Amino acid sequence: MATKAFQKIYTKISQITKATCSLKATGVGYDELATVNGKLAQVVKIMGDEVTLQVFQGTEGIPTNAEVVFLGKSPSLKVSEQLAGRFFNAFGDPIDGGPDVEGKEVEIGGPSVNPVRRKQPSELIATGIAGIDLNNTLVSGQKIPFFADPDQPFNQVMANVALRAETDKIILGGMGMTNDDYLYFKNVFSNAGALDRIISFVNTTENPPVERLLIPDMALTAAEYFAVEHNQKVLVLLTDMTSYADALAIVSNRMDQIPSKDSMPGSLYSDLAKIYEKAVQFPAGGSITIIAVTTLSGGDITHAVPDNTGYITEGQLFLRRDSDIGKVIVDPFRSLSRLKQLVSGKKTRKDHPQVMNAAVRLYADAANAKTKMENGFDLTNYDERTLAFAKDYANELLAIDVNLDTTEMLDVTWGLFSKYFKPEEVNIKKELVDEHWVK
Amino acid sequence: MATKGTVSGVIANMVTLAVDGPVAQNEICYILTGGDRLMAEVIKVVGSNVYVQVFESTRGLKVGAEAEFTGHMLEVTLGPGMLSKNYDGLQNDLDKMDGVFLKRGQYTYPLDKESKWHFVPLVKVGDEVEASAWLGEVDENHQPLKIMAPFQLEGTYKVKSIVAEGDYCIEDTVAVLVDKDGNELSVNMIQKWPVKKAMTNYKEKPRPFKLLETGVRVIDTVNPIVEGGTGFIPGPFGTGKTVLQHAISKQAEADIVIIAACGERANEVVEIFTEFPELVDPHTGRKLMERTIIIANTSNMPVAAREASVYTAMTIAEYYRAMGLRVLLMADSTSRWAQALREMSNRMEELPGPDAFPMDISAIISNFYGRAGYVYLNNGETGSITFIGTVSPAGGNLKEPVTENTKKVARCFYALEQERADKKRYPAVNPIDSYSKYLEYPEFEDYITKRINGEWIGKVNEIKTRLLRGKEIAEQINILGDDGVPVEYHVIFWKSELIDYVILQQDAFDEVDSVTPMERQEDILNTVIDICHTEFEFDTFLDVMDYFKRMINVCKQMNYSEYKSEKYEGFVKQLQELIAERSVK
Repeated sequence: MATKAFQKIYTKISQITKATCSLKATGVGYDELATVNGKLAQVVKIMGDEVTLQVFQGTEGIPTNAEVVFLGKSPSLKVSEQLAGRFFNAFGDPIDGGPDVEGKEVEIGGPSVNPVRRKQPSELIATGIAGIDLNNTLVSGQKIPFFADPDQPFNQVMANVALRAETDKIILGGMGMTNDDYLYFKNVFSNAGALDRIISFVNTTENPPVERLLIPDMALTAAEYFAVEHNQKVLVLLTDMTSYADALAIVSNRMDQIPSKDSMPGSLYSDLAKIYEKAVQFPAGGSITIIAVTTLSGGDITHAVPDNTGYITEGQLFLRRDSDIGKVIVDPFRSLSRLKQLVSGKKTRKDHPQVMNAAVRLYADAANAKTKMENGFDLTNYDERTLAFAKDYANELLAIDVNLDTTEMLDVTWGLFSKYFKPEEVNIKKELVDEHWVK
Repeated sequence: MATKGTVSGVIANMVTLAVDGPVAQNEICYILTGGDRLMAEVIKVVGSNVYVQVFESTRGLKVGAEAEFTGHMLEVTLGPGMLSKNYDGLQNDLDKMDGVFLKRGQYTYPLDKESKWHFVPLVKVGDEVEASAWLGEVDENHQPLKIMAPFQLEGTYKVKSIVAEGDYCIEDTVAVLVDKDGNELSVNMIQKWPVKKAMTNYKEKPRPFKLLETGVRVIDTVNPIVEGGTGFIPGPFGTGKTVLQHAISKQAEADIVIIAACGERANEVVEIFTEFPELVDPHTGRKLMERTIIIANTSNMPVAAREASVYTAMTIAEYYRAMGLRVLLMADSTSRWAQALREMSNRMEELPGPDAFPMDISAIISNFYGRAGYVYLNNGETGSITFIGTVSPAGGNLKEPVTENTKKVARCFYALEQERADKKRYPAVNPIDSYSKYLEYPEFEDYITKRINGEWIGKVNEIKTRLLRGKEIAEQINILGDDGVPVEYHVIFWKSELIDYVILQQDAFDEVDSVTPMERQEDILNTVIDICHTEFEFDTFLDVMDYFKRMINVCKQMNYSEYKSEKYEGFVKQLQELIAERSVK
């Protein structure tokens, strides 16, 4: 970045740690950007005339006489229509060989939406996957993560969801993504001919981890531009938020902060909430929907990252390999979409909520029957019927390779109810049974 | 002259100021930066260095920026015109703010200076009054709001003049009081009060005893909460904390409902904004929003203001209690409040307590819950603040500081359970771990005996015992198999399932089932207890399951039907026939 003539250059660094360096400087604003020998850094602490900078790329090779220049602004992104179809790094610089984007410069991590100016989300986002549309319906303006172990195909499911959903823009924020996954997304999107509505901000495993901290704000600043200025429906994909949290932990550790649970900073909840709460339905029609990935370690959801995420997001989607059918399914027990009641039974057929609950309840009965079977007990006739139901239900509805519309999903479920059960066993309002039971 | 300060350091929202005069702990100051005035609160003083927590983003703040101290603590402005308002954690009126995004340093007045209120005097010239005495009354949304003598008064004052009945603005003088030395004091409709100080303008705080009806069976029937009681709802995410809390705030028999959305999702607040203006209060037939005040400090709003938001809400509640109203205060979630305390304590480099929370977290929580309660006011009237807080325990583990410290002070415990939620048995309140200490109060027993009958508490305890027994048998069946236990055990188990399905489980999204008035709850409990007392005859455990499933189905259809409607009576008849089918005469 070129230095301007009037800018003061400091050359005396008093302290260097792995991620930060300190120097004496005056007239510096909190959060301001600086360059340290050309490396981008940000002010994280001011005490009198002592300023501490967090160097995004790490402090390797920085000498005590490094040239430090303060840029007089916080991290920002130039926004315009030209963003569409482009790939950027964490600083918002193009990495696809194309020209720089011209446009209005906006500080990232901007202010929150006034809650009274939000509109209640009410538009269904159809994905064709019954584990989502039937049991955990998504709504525009929602924020929801996939909770998945690193070996599960969450990026594939997410790419599918992104392409099937009716949106104007898809913004990918990749944090600590492997280069292979990055190329996977690039391929899928370009093969689908959707590249012109995709914008990507990518930090791969090859880039320094601290840079990741900028990715969500970059992606969401671009999203706000399209949702506010152009009233577009924007879908933001953030993968993987656990890598983001790890970067937060690194920085807080280097700044000698007292860690709380699982070595995560005490402010983890607020840090994550600031990102996820950017999901919004604007009154003028634009919306930002966030689908994220939080990778788990051995399925442990009590770890600080998934735990705090669960309290912030509007539900979560769990993927699980079902050994009975040999496919990956969306786990109906642990998955939840908190906004589903805004659309299910309202934008979808009236029987949707009851059918969904009844099917999950019967699936739970099947799980009990399975435990009984594994413990060597005799199964009742009802147990056997639930097991048969569960297998069909998983295969025809829960598996992630399903692609149906919601009405078809409901009909399939009624079909399974009628095939295996008596009406009094499903506990559904009589009127609905009378209407939909397959005789 | 007001004390001034200069910024000497910035770490996130903690700022150090060098000051030129006296400052008080918790005093409010404004820091001037780039044309914005950022509100901040003093949290520590070391010599002439003052540490303040800023209620806004400190982006771009520079060393040398100036600050002005105000000479008072964080306070709220109280008066007519607060009902159905949406405030932020510092009591700024969110609807008065411009633009879609919140602007830093924008503060809006919480009341309306132009609105006229129809004032009816309640005192006459010459009357002696004390602090908080009712001077007059105005009507807001059909609530009789009292205009009170200033809360800060000391000793007795005489009413020198009082305006005649008529329409006045909040800033108009409505009365002039005079103390024993002849000093005059003009009184208008506005009061101010520092949020962190509890109002103690009442005569006595007895043990609460009056049932607060919520329409939620698992609360009213099983573990009732009372007017002026305290309760808390801990639960892992996804177990229905918010749905339950919304149900209570919609249905509870309270005059005023204050909802403090503290560090929670903005869309949940939007749900209230959207639905409450449409929904009807089941007790008065008026719109729910008319009795509701929302304090919204959602999770993306500044952390320091989150800490303030619960105090703001409590102080507003105390204001209405002093008028003799029944206030229900809900805070979702108190864990976020504790986390805000933790973030600040961490930045101040205090030695941490358990889980890095500040050492005094236990005292902070108990002081806060202590502000709720049922009171006899100085004029003999009563008022109450019922407080229900949710707790979001990390990892769903109830052995964490916020849950444990809350358990010490709250009298009702509604434990939401992951296992029940997974099985979609909503509300997922665990009937065995949860409790209401009020069931043990003789005062409550007297009250409920008059309201329902003397057998009520015995019946409630019976279903609790049956649920526990049912759970034990379920475990035995799991170990020994269906055939491994006598058929009678299956009957006992299925009777407990009946209680679970018919009383505990309730569909919060069904128009009829979502609210059960006390009269109907009594009916349901009696029906279920009668079935539990009936002896049935079965050959095999399969018959038991089959039979009770049919019975549960009929009872559920009853719950879904309008009370005493033709449809309902039809199901009652079906149930009686079903009982007759198997009962041993």
